[in-house]
Amino acid sequence: MYQYNEFDEAFVRSRVAQFRSQVERRIDGSLTEDEFRPLRLMNGLYLQLHAYMLRVAIPYGTLSSSQMRQLAMIAERWDKGYGHFTTRQNIQFNWPRLKDVPDILDALADVGMHAIQTSGNCVRNVTADHFAAAAADEIADPRPIAELLREWSTDHPEFQFLPRKFKIAITGSPNDRAVTRSHDIGLRMVRNDAGEPGFEVLVGGGLGRTPMLAQVIRDFLPQADLLPYIEAILGAYNLKGRRDNKYKARIKITVFENGLDAFKADVEERFARLRSQWSGADQEILKGIEAQFAPPAFRNAPTDEYETVRATNPVFRAWTDVNLHPHKVDGYAIVSISLKKHGATPGDATADQMRVMADLADRYGHGELRVSHEQNIILPHVHKSDLPAVWAILREADLATANIGLVSDIIACPGMDYCALATARSIPIAQQIATRFEELQVEHEVGPLKIKISGCINACGHHHVGHIGILGLDRAGVENYQVTLGGDGTETAAIGEKMGPGFPAEEIVGAIERLVLGYLEIRRDAEETFLETFRRVGPEPFKGFLYGGEETADAA
Amino acid sequence: MSRRFTPKVISANDLIEGDAVWLTEDDRWTRDMAQAELIEDEAHAAIRLLFAKGQPSVVVGAELVDAVAGADGPVPVHFREAFRTHGPTNYNLGKRAEGFRPRGHIPGNEAL
Repeated sequence: MYQYNEFDEAFVRSRVAQFRSQVERRIDGSLTEDEFRPLRLMNGLYLQLHAYMLRVAIPYGTLSSSQMRQLAMIAERWDKGYGHFTTRQNIQFNWPRLKDVPDILDALADVGMHAIQTSGNCVRNVTADHFAAAAADEIADPRPIAELLREWSTDHPEFQFLPRKFKIAITGSPNDRAVTRSHDIGLRMVRNDAGEPGFEVLVGGGLGRTPMLAQVIRDFLPQADLLPYIEAILGAYNLKGRRDNKYKARIKITVFENGLDAFKADVEERFARLRSQWSGADQEILKGIEAQFAPPAFRNAPTDEYETVRATNPVFRAWTDVNLHPHKVDGYAIVSISLKKHGATPGDATADQMRVMADLADRYGHGELRVSHEQNIILPHVHKSDLPAVWAILREADLATANIGLVSDIIACPGMDYCALATARSIPIAQQIATRFEELQVEHEVGPLKIKISGCINACGHHHVGHIGILGLDRAGVENYQVTLGGDGTETAAIGEKMGPGFPAEEIVGAIERLVLGYLEIRRDAEETFLETFRRVGPEPFKGFLYGGEETADAA
Repeated sequence: MSRRFTPKVISANDLIEGDAVWLTEDDRWTRDMAQAELIEDEAHAAIRLLFAKGQPSVVVGAELVDAVAGADGPVPVHFREAFRTHGPTNYNLGKRAEGFRPRGHIPGNEAL
């Protein structure tokens, strides 16, 4: 895993010291809120409904056990004993006090972490496949590239005041687990015919009020060209992006309004000019970074014990059926720890749970953890013979819910329980849906199904790419929930289709239940997933399930 | 033609704690919305808002928010404001945990 070098350490520490002084000046009145606000946002500090919120980056979703322990310590010492893992591989603390924030940032710096560029109109935390360097289907580990991008984009003088925020995601696998097509720039690691490494570069994706899928701007970009090419994209966007209207300022609108061809021509012209300025120092740095992502010392051991426990313990087997993913090394598995216990808040972990996961990583997982955009925690490298022990410890910590990828593995943004932008709540809807499907005891029969809930049009809950998307709105002073179907965030990405009128809070759970039970009736066989059925039959039967066959033309 | 003025309270977030506070008639900031000054006159509202905005070292984001008179003080009109008197609904944290009585209606919250 990446260790801060002297430069990283000095930069992060100096930023903390700078912010400490800014906080002092805010408190003593020498800075107004208007002056202070952009400074706190640069350091990840928001002011929400009930308190400040600190958003801490977990670059490319990778955490060491000591970092996870430090997050637990922060949660207990300066917050209310828990943290919320987000859809962009960040963790949010919901209750810090302004005067404590510099101390929190120092504690983060102690373990090589920061909250820099987790807000504001700059390049945000670069996200990556949470199964990176472990998944059997992977071409290459995307994290060294993500780290290179982090170093390059952090405090980049040209890109601190972009027209709007800018999000980059990268995957090293053809199976896209990083939702690359909903990012401003999506990078997919590929090899050309000669076997050389490079990227398929996508641009102009985004969710929010105008959801768009990113389009391919370069189908093969050699690895060494990456930074100058990204710089060319950002440079083109920085000039062409609209600053007159916040809602038209994201690069998706720039690409859409100019057309991909014209935008690409601009990018390529800039790239041609910029390329020669890059001497190759970045590739030297990349080599140094790559060396820090060397695989752990995998062991070769029998897995008989695992198979025996699996055969005799149905609860363990159910967990292994859905919470494991194939590892590239024989005898190993990728373990997903669900932060979606039925009825719990999606993505929340208590300080105790964080410590349990950190200890598990140390004992059984080479000290490494990941955070997924689906708000779960991953132990990327666990030998199968250790799985019974891991599971037993998870069970004691209330972390052994066997529901990864199922109905109750719901993404939900904080919504109006916390967020100042929200128009409705998300968390209680997720809690109620999960609880209801546990009562029905059908989620294993239903199989893979992604429900994603956002509490406002900004779509932090990724509802547009949910197989079932739920958007909470304020309709005349009452929470109302609109349903979209058929969204997909993977390599077969699609934006969900809006169904008819929305549902009040007390009816949305029943509506989702009708949708899912209706799907069970019409699926071709047990192998056909919800999404496949939707793609085969279209929205009409599902509208029937939602509205009882009374077709309504006007959307809410 | 301007719309008729509807009653307001002045709300903000505390600078240090970040939690919701309301301006009282005797110029204090209270955590209990019941103690807030209900402002029924537009000209007076403008003066009180100026006073609130003049305390940038105490509060952040002072603004006028719709409210109505209740039996024991102002009550929020919109559910967003009700949340601010209550705290999040997923845990017993924030205002409710600190012993303040929630004001206004939070839908589906009767069971909490």
